[in-house]
Amino acid sequence: MKKSLLLLLPVLMLYGCSQNTEKTGETASTEEMPKTSDYDPERGEGKFDKVEIAEKLDTKMAAGGKEVFDLKCSSCHKLTDEKLVGPGWKGVSTRHKPEWIMNFITSPDAMIDKDPKVQAQLELCLVRMPNQNLSDDDARNILEFMRQNDGVQ
Amino acid sequence: MGAVSVALLAGGIQSCKPKSADTAISGDAAAKTYVAPGKYDEFYNFVSGGFSGQLSVYGIPSGRLLRVIPVFSQDPEKGWGFSEETKPMLNTSHGSVPWDDLHHVQLSKTNGENDGRWVFVNGNNTPRLARIDLKTFRTAEILELPNSGGNHSSPFITENTEYVVAGTRFSVPLDDADGDVPINTYKKNFKGTLSFVRVDQKDGNMDIAFQIETPGVNFDLSRAGKGPSHGWFFFSCYNTEQANTLLEVNASKNDKDFIMAVNWKKAEEYLKAGKGKKVKVKYAHNKYSEVSHTSSSEFKNEVIVLNSKELKDLCYFIPCPKSPHGIDIDPTGEYMVSSGKLAALIPVFSFSKMIKAIESKSFEGDYSGIPVIKYEAALYGEVQKPGLGPLHTEFDGRGNAVTTMFVSSEIVKWNIKDLKVIDRQPVYYSPGHLMIPGGDSKKPDGKYLIAYNKITKDRYLPTGPELAQSAQLFDISGDKMKLILDFPTIGEPHYAQAIRADKIKDQSIKIFKLEENKHPYASKGEAQTKVMRDKNKVHVYMTAIRSHLTPDNIEGIRIGDEVYFHLTNLEQDWDVPHGFAVKGANNGELLVMPGETQTLKWVPDRVGIFPIYCTDFCSALHQEMSGYVRVSPAGSKVALIGNTGTNMPAE
Repeated sequence: MKKSLLLLLPVLMLYGCSQNTEKTGETASTEEMPKTSDYDPERGEGKFDKVEIAEKLDTKMAAGGKEVFDLKCSSCHKLTDEKLVGPGWKGVSTRHKPEWIMNFITSPDAMIDKDPKVQAQLELCLVRMPNQNLSDDDARNILEFMRQNDGVQ
Repeated sequence: MGAVSVALLAGGIQSCKPKSADTAISGDAAAKTYVAPGKYDEFYNFVSGGFSGQLSVYGIPSGRLLRVIPVFSQDPEKGWGFSEETKPMLNTSHGSVPWDDLHHVQLSKTNGENDGRWVFVNGNNTPRLARIDLKTFRTAEILELPNSGGNHSSPFITENTEYVVAGTRFSVPLDDADGDVPINTYKKNFKGTLSFVRVDQKDGNMDIAFQIETPGVNFDLSRAGKGPSHGWFFFSCYNTEQANTLLEVNASKNDKDFIMAVNWKKAEEYLKAGKGKKVKVKYAHNKYSEVSHTSSSEFKNEVIVLNSKELKDLCYFIPCPKSPHGIDIDPTGEYMVSSGKLAALIPVFSFSKMIKAIESKSFEGDYSGIPVIKYEAALYGEVQKPGLGPLHTEFDGRGNAVTTMFVSSEIVKWNIKDLKVIDRQPVYYSPGHLMIPGGDSKKPDGKYLIAYNKITKDRYLPTGPELAQSAQLFDISGDKMKLILDFPTIGEPHYAQAIRADKIKDQSIKIFKLEENKHPYASKGEAQTKVMRDKNKVHVYMTAIRSHLTPDNIEGIRIGDEVYFHLTNLEQDWDVPHGFAVKGANNGELLVMPGETQTLKWVPDRVGIFPIYCTDFCSALHQEMSGYVRVSPAGSKVALIGNTGTNMPAE
C-alpha cells in the first residue's frame, strides 16, 4: 500500500502540468466500478417493465413475428433446440420472462455486459448477439412468435 | 523506493519549464489542438483531394482524418466504381471516366449560411459536378457539363443554394460546332460558357438551367453575391489575351484582366422570355439511390444557351490587375476582393459603386461586345504591399480578411474598411487556398484558419520523392494568427470548407433499414438466398451476417459464365459492414453496409476451387466467415447449387 502511494504522487504531478488537477486526482484514485447491484436478472435492462400477455395466442402478432424472424433472426437461430450461431429458440419463452426477452432483443449490448445468463451463453457461442434495430412492435411480435413456437395456441 | 519517486518528481517539474525556442511560437498549441481519446472534434473539415479525385473529411482542431469519400475516382477499398451498383456513377459522354481532379468544395447554404445538407464538388478534367449527401457521407449525384473544356471556377453556389455554377477554365469550340479547327484560331472559334445548375431544394438533384456563352477566355474562380449583391455572380478571368500556346508568357501580357459580373436574375428573365437558344449536346447525369442501392445514368442531349454579347445587361467586365485568381465576397456582400497572381496589390471592389457605374454607363469600352466598367468607377480601394502572389481570401467575421500569398509563403490579415495590413505569418510552404469555417458565408466562425500548402519539403519525415501535401491550422481568435498544428492531406488539397460538428453529426445515418431495401437482387433473410442461372449469367443471391455467408458452398459454375454475387448485409447495427472478395477476380472488393445490397461481378478464368471470404473483421469468428466456389469446365453437368451448413463431408 505504501509503495503504490509513493508511486502515485509523482504521476499526479506529471499530469498536473497540463491538466486540471482535480480531474486527474479523481481518475488516479478511484476507478468507477460498474453498478451491478440494482440489475434485475428477471427483468433484464431496457425499456420494458411489465409485458401483458394473454393466455391465448395472438395469431396476427405471431405472424408478424415470423416475418421479422425470417428477415433478421433466422440466419443465426433455429426454431428447434439446436444451436446454430446462437441458441435454438425452443423453450425460450418458458425460460425467460416476457420483459426479459423484449429487453434483450431490443438492447442486447447492455444486457450482454450485465446479465449472468447472457454472459454464460456468450462463452458458448462467442458471438455477441447483434442489435438488429427492432421496433417495439417487432419485439412484441417476436415474443408472440416464440410463444407459438413453444406450443401456445 | 524513495529515490525512485524523487527522480520521477524531478522529471515532472522539468516538463513544466518553458519549451525550447523552436516550439515557442505557440506554447499552448498542444492544448488547443488536443482532442482526448473518445472525444469529438468541434468541426468537420471537408477537404478537396485534388488529383486523387476524392473528398477527405478531417476533424478540427485535431487534424484527424475521419473519412475519404470516393467521388470521381474508383476506390477498390469501398468497391466504388467496381460494384455493379456504383459503375454508372462514373459514366460520361466519353464512356466511363474513372478519375478526375477535384478542386473545390461548397457546403450548401440557406440565407448565406452553411446548412449541412450537402457538399458540392467539381471535377476539373472531364467537366463534372458532384453532390455528396451529408446524411450518408456518400456521393449521391454526378452531372457532366457539356460545352466545357475544363471545369475550374466551380462548384460555387448562391446564398440559398438556388444554383451551383461551373465556368470553363479552358475555352474550346462549343459541342455543336465543328471542332476540327486549327488551334491557332482560338480568337475566332473558341468560346467560354458559364453553366448555372439548378438545385432541387427537396432532394438536392441538379439540373442545368442554362448556360451563358462568353468570349473565349479562361475562367478561374467564382463566387456568388450575397445580401445586397444576391442575384449577381462574379467570375475571375485570365488569358484575356486569348493565347493558345505558352500561356505562361502569352497570357501574362495584359496589365489588367477581368472580373466578370453576371446578373443571373436578369438571365432568369431572358430565359423566361425565351431568349435562350437550344443547343444539341450530349452529357451524362448519374444518380445513386439509397433505397434501391443502385445508380443510373441518364444521357441528356440539349441545353439552353444565353448569349452574353447579344443579351444586354447580362454580363459586365471589371478590369483587374493582373491574371486574377481568387474572387471572394465579404460577409456583408458589399466588397469583392480579387487576387491578381502577378499583382503587387489587392484590389477591393465595391458592389454599390459597380451598380452606380453601370447605371451611369461609366464604361471604358467593350471586350468582345461586353461593356468594360472603368476600374476606378468600381474600385473601393487597394491593399498596398500585401505580399507576393496573392491567391485566395476568406473572412473572419470581425471585419478582417485573410489572403494567402503563394510566392512569399505567408498568410496576411488585413482590415476590409481601412485596407491596412494587421498581421502576417509565414506558412510552410507556398499556400494555395485557405479556409475559415463559414469564411465565405454571411456568418464566419472566426476561431480557426487552415492554410493548404502546395509544397511540403522538410515538414515531415521524408518518404522518398513524393510527399504528402500539408495543411496548417492557425488559431485566429486573437489579434495575431498563431500556428498550432501541421497535418498531412490526401492528393492535393485545393479549397476546403468546415462546419460546426453539431450541424451535421446527429443527422448522420447509422444503418440502412432492411425493410426499406428495394434492391432488385436483395435477399431479405436467408430463406431468400438462391443461385439462379440465366444462360451464361449466374446470379448468386447471398447474405452476410456475423459470421457466415449464405450460400457458402456454390457448385455448378462453368468456364464462360459471368457470376454476379448480390450480397445483402443482414446486420442492423451501426458499424458492422461485411466485405466480400473472390480469388482471382479482375475487380475490387465489396464493402456492404448494414441493410444494403451490393454486387460483385466475377468471370472465372480457370477450373478449380475458389475461396470467398468476408474482408472486414466483423466478429470473433470472422476468420470462419468464408466459403468455396467450384468452377467446372464449359459444358459441365455439375448441378448448380448453393447452400450453407448442409453440404456435409462425403467421407
